[in-house]
Amino acid sequence: MPIETIIFYAFSSVLVLSALAVITVRNPVYAALFLVLCFFTSAAIWLLLEVEFLAIVLVLVYVGAVMVLFLFVVMMLDINVEPLKEGFARYLPVGLLVALAMLVEMLAVLGIKRFGPESFPAPPPHPAGYSNTRELGELLYTEYVYPFEIAAVILLVAIIAAIALTLRRRPETRYQDPGRQVQVRKEDRLRVVSMEAEKR
Amino acid sequence: MFELSELNALLPEILVLTLTCVILLVDLYGSEQRRGLIHLLSIATLVFAAIATLRIHEPGQTVESEILLNGTLVRDQMGDVLKLFVYLVMGLVFVYSKGYLRDRNLFKGEFFVLCLFGMLGMMVMISAANMLTLYLGLELLALSTYALVALDRDNRLASESAMKYFVLGALASGMLLYGMSMIYGATGSLDLSEIAEGVRGASGDNLVLAFGLTFIVVGLAFKFGAVPFHMWVPDVYHGSPTAVTLFIGSAPKLAAFALAIRLLDDGLGGLHGFWQSMLILLAVASLAIGNIVAIAQTNIKRMLAYSTISHVGFIFLGLLAGTQEGYEAAMFYAIVYAMMAAGAFGVVILLSRAGFEAEDLDDYRGLNQRSPWFAFVMLMLMASLAGFPPFVGFFAKLQVVKAAVNADLVWLAVLSVVFAVIGAFYYLRVIKLMYMDEPTTDEPLRAPVDLGTVLSANGLAQLILGMFPGPLIAICAAAF
Repeated sequence: MPIETIIFYAFSSVLVLSALAVITVRNPVYAALFLVLCFFTSAAIWLLLEVEFLAIVLVLVYVGAVMVLFLFVVMMLDINVEPLKEGFARYLPVGLLVALAMLVEMLAVLGIKRFGPESFPAPPPHPAGYSNTRELGELLYTEYVYPFEIAAVILLVAIIAAIALTLRRRPETRYQDPGRQVQVRKEDRLRVVSMEAEKR
Repeated sequence: MFELSELNALLPEILVLTLTCVILLVDLYGSEQRRGLIHLLSIATLVFAAIATLRIHEPGQTVESEILLNGTLVRDQMGDVLKLFVYLVMGLVFVYSKGYLRDRNLFKGEFFVLCLFGMLGMMVMISAANMLTLYLGLELLALSTYALVALDRDNRLASESAMKYFVLGALASGMLLYGMSMIYGATGSLDLSEIAEGVRGASGDNLVLAFGLTFIVVGLAFKFGAVPFHMWVPDVYHGSPTAVTLFIGSAPKLAAFALAIRLLDDGLGGLHGFWQSMLILLAVASLAIGNIVAIAQTNIKRMLAYSTISHVGFIFLGLLAGTQEGYEAAMFYAIVYAMMAAGAFGVVILLSRAGFEAEDLDDYRGLNQRSPWFAFVMLMLMASLAGFPPFVGFFAKLQVVKAAVNADLVWLAVLSVVFAVIGAFYYLRVIKLMYMDEPTTDEPLRAPVDLGTVLSANGLAQLILGMFPGPLIAICAAAF
């Protein structure tokens, strides 16, 4: 067995097991951490496919940014998972039945023979000096420039929508303005009142 | 690589994007009182886009279909015609919604910017030659509409329907994407023209193609709002501010039609036998549920939502014929429907005031005594939606039914006519309420000049186009 195959199987089994753990562990923080493991192992598998750039982007973006945000939200919200699990046992048989039926149907239609390794042979290895990043950049800015630009517009819409839906100016909220705080002078805050001494 | 001159065909999209960004910036620096400027700029954007789309046209000549930018963009007659009608309908949306938005403190730049981005998404969908572009255009439209529905954020009903719309819309997009990935797996390409060739080349074993096709049809039906994937339509129409309902209920239908044509005809035309039976099921269910459930509605927005569902059934009737005649009829229907729906929601907006939504059917009682002219405009719109001659809705129905008959689907044609007759009841009820009942309020109806004029033109267009349907039919015929 070549070394790549061994590495592939090792990483895939870790991937499948951690994916299972994401949906089975009770603690949401653990689930998020298992998802991090999932992304990491997927990145390793992508490296086997010689897509170095995408593998690194997966780690940087998903593990580095998205999952950290995720963990923040999970820790801040303190989700009570008990109500979510209500009726789990009641719906389990029906759910399993539907899932099983769908699985059998999909296997019957798609099967292994149509999407097996025979129908998709491995691509020839790249020549030395082949740059993944360069190829990707060239494709994005030439062949796929139109979809690429539309994707950029979609992100712009997401920004506008998020701001339009969440930004509120509340006149009643009290906040500090450091600029005005440091400019404050004694006269603004302190009032010297001369009072007559009271007689006993 | 691509030639720089190919960007020429993209001019309308580039123009809309640039001007929308300009509007975004102007809105940032403009004061509250300058919002009227934003409104004018938005309408100007539509005019410029129309000029850019018309620019290459020689009068009386059709555009040769050409695929550009490495197979991601197609410029053809159908796309240009649909885009022009999208601009027209968006113009109606902007004119009608002005006063409504102002009264509800929603007259903000975001409404116009999101509407224009949604329109950009429609334009991308209409002229997509590749599944990637098609999907991105769809998402651009969908994301803008989700945000628009929730724009009135202190309104609980609007937030709830936005949530529903978002979840179901995401599910539909997922279905569509899954179907697309299966088609890609079977044909090895995202280009619709190459997919068409792959489908023709697939001999016998096209189970994977049919599997992918099923998911694509489900996704399409969700986006159209066809039964049994219609559950979001009444809730979203009801929950959104009427100005947003006006937007969702009109122009996107044209884009959905283009989506169906691009996917089912341009890409998967070779599988017509498979998708015809699926569309027949969807059409029959939509006609039945749409027309019958609409009778039970007391809220006019919900009633119009169910009416949309039944009209989608008619559009499918033309599509499923799979003939050139059928596509022409479906396109005619989609264009006419978008204009009728815009007019109907325009009347709902006209009757609404600050702090009052004319949503109940009872609010239309005795409209004739309050304003005979606008009662007549509503009469024309309702009669056209119901499909009475001499209004244009009649010709739309006639054409799709004719296409179905010519495709040897006589039983389906008969069934659709029966349901159209059942459906006529709830349109007639609105007319009866307006003309035969006593008004609940004797407050005279005050119509702003711009809204009143355009709405009158919209209503009269139903009559005029109904008497002279020739030009519009010719335009649709030239598109295929």
